[in-house]
Formats: sequence, structure tokens, C-alpha cells
Amino acid sequence: MANKERRTVFVTVGTTCFDALVMAVDSPEVKKALLQKGYTDLVIQMGRGTYVPSKVPGDANLQVDHFTFSPSIADHMRTASLVISHAGSGSIFETLRLGKPLIVVVNEDLMDNHQSELAEELAERKYLFCARPQTLGDTIRSMDLDTLIPYVPGDARPVATLINKFLGFPVD
Amino acid sequence: MGPDALATISYAVPVLVSLLTVRFFFVLWRSSQPASKPRAARLRCLIVLGSGGHTAEMMNIVATLQKDRFTPRYYVAALTDNMSLQKAQVYEQSLIQSDGKKTVENAHFMQIYRSREVGQSYITSIATTLLAILHAMWLVIRIRPQVIFCNGPGTCFPLCISAFLLKVLGLGWSSVFYIESIARVKKLSLSGLLLYKLRIADQFFVQWPQLQQKYPRAYYAGRLM
Repeated sequence: MANKERRTVFVTVGTTCFDALVMAVDSPEVKKALLQKGYTDLVIQMGRGTYVPSKVPGDANLQVDHFTFSPSIADHMRTASLVISHAGSGSIFETLRLGKPLIVVVNEDLMDNHQSELAEELAERKYLFCARPQTLGDTIRSMDLDTLIPYVPGDARPVATLINKFLGFPVD
Repeated sequence: MGPDALATISYAVPVLVSLLTVRFFFVLWRSSQPASKPRAARLRCLIVLGSGGHTAEMMNIVATLQKDRFTPRYYVAALTDNMSLQKAQVYEQSLIQSDGKKTVENAHFMQIYRSREVGQSYITSIATTLLAILHAMWLVIRIRPQVIFCNGPGTCFPLCISAFLLKVLGLGWSSVFYIESIARVKKLSLSGLLLYKLRIADQFFVQWPQLQQKYPRAYYAGRLM
């Protein structure tokens, strides 16, 4: 099956511990939803989590692989067809800048859950999809990647201009 | 201590307190004013690196600043955060390579004690907060920054307070720029809120228009990421 196009889903939790997400993607429900959407591989970066998903080889099912940390997370993102990420702003903007379809899963166990603010705002603006661990299956089944709007990266120059003005530097 | 000394103290203390109070409000007012005359000289910068996402946002600002104006640059990160200074070092190295000049002499990298680590108990955090404030004071006195850039989290607060104290005492003047993280859409972070309410940030930026409406003294000038 070498000529079959691989479509990889990359799951990343960054440096956090987010077992609820790893468990959710390892569930039969989510795996089935991903297969139905035409994905062939599932690569899970599980960070500090303790839940270890089962590795599944082969072509009939979704092929599953996992690791804890890797310096090549950017490479995994680049080759992925879909990224499922925790709600950290670093992972979110790295994925958006690569122009990859993204589902952000909010960790509800975090004490100070301001993280959901960013994911929800960006989802409202149609840059990504936002889910909770328990709604991930529904989100995958109902998502239409064509509805996503490409993210235009921000620009620090207007801020720098205001800072220059405040300090009395000539603004060119 | 004789009655004369007591009398002197009872006069001197209120005078000193009133002077400091006047100076305090003058500093508050003066800090919010843009420079009145054009500036050509270079400014010594203190750049406070938060961690992860905060550092990425800060480096986006640093990348757009004119390096000949904002120099030398002192990067400060928490003692427990090894990644942030490394990112700044990589950036400063890339400047040298593209420039051919020795810009790295203009860049300094320092670490600071953190007030509180995640999950630390409250009793021990009183001691560590005091230590962090003293260390921040020491750093600010050593660097004597003219410009401070920060975007949270907690690491920047003791540094900004120390810089403000130096202003009140007349030992140095710095302009504080705070850029709230893009992750804050509806509410300010604790350090952001404190620096906004206490008016310690001379110019305060947010990255979402709806947040600017809640905090009218803040500026919205687009996103950094």
C-alpha cells in the first residue's frame, strides 16, 4: 500500500499533562471518526501524561504511534493533515502559521482556565475548531475543513511604532 | 535620644512623607506623558521574557524594534526557565550574522528568582516573593534601564515595581511598556491588571479590541502572533 496517500493526524499536548485528551483520541469513537474522515495515521505527543495509548500497526485500522517529547514537533506538524492540540498559545499559533487544519481541545482540569478564551475566540473567527475531550468525537464527525478561514499572522510593527512615538523617536 | 532629636523627627517625618507623596504623584503623571522633545540617543532596555508563548510574543516585538535605538538590551528570564534566554540568544546571534557587526556586546542575558513556582505553598511563597523583590531591585539598580518591555506573567511585576520605586526616589527614569498576552481575550492577567490599575505601565497594550473597550487607557494596535 505504498502508493496510498497517508493522511496523518498529529496530536500534541506540548509540555503539559493532558491525559484526558490522549485518552479521548485513543478511544474507539474518536479513532472511528478519524478513519471515516479518511485519516490513516495517528501520532500522539503525550508530554508529561501517564496514560499510554496502544500502538497499532497496519493498514486496515488507523495506525497509531506515540512519544512523550521530541525536538521535531515542528516536523510532525508540517507533515500532518490535521492537528489536534492543547490550548496553549504556542502550539495554536505554530499550527495556524503552518496553515494546518486545527482542533484545539481545552483542558478543563486546569485551575486558571483562561486558555479556553483564546481557543473560543479563534474558533468564533473560524480559524480553528474548539472542543472539549468529551466532545472531540462529535467535533471530528461534524467538522467541515472548507469552512475554516486561513489565519493571517499578526504584525508587531504598529505596537513598535506607538512605542517609538511615546519615547520621542522620529517615526519613519 | 533627647527632646530636640524627637522634635526634629516629628517635623522631618511629615515633611519627608509629603515630599515623597508629591513626588509619587508627579512620577505617576509624568510617566503617562509621551516624550516632549524628539529623541536621538540610544536607550538601555530591559526585556522581561515570560516563558513559552509569552517569550514568543516578546521576541516578535524585539524583532521589529530598531536595534540602533534600543540598545543595549538586557534580557531577563526566570531562573527555572532555560528556554527563553536561549531563544533570545539565538535571535541576537542571528543579528550578528546578518549584520556583520558585533551586536552581541549590546545584548546581556540574566536570570531572576521567581516569586512563586506553580504549586508552591503560600507560607513559603511569602519568603520567595520577598527574595524575588530584593533580587529584582538589585537587577534594576544594576541595569538602570531606560525602557522596560514586559508581557507577563509574574516575573515582570517585581521588576516594574522596583523600577517605579527608583523613579519615585529620583534614582533613575524608565518607561514601562506592557503588552498583554494574546491569550487574554476577555480579562487581563493578574500582572497585567495590577500594572494597569496601579498605572505603573506607561503604555499598556492589549491584543483584542474587546479588551481595549473594557480598559480604555489601553492601546489596541493589532495582534503580535
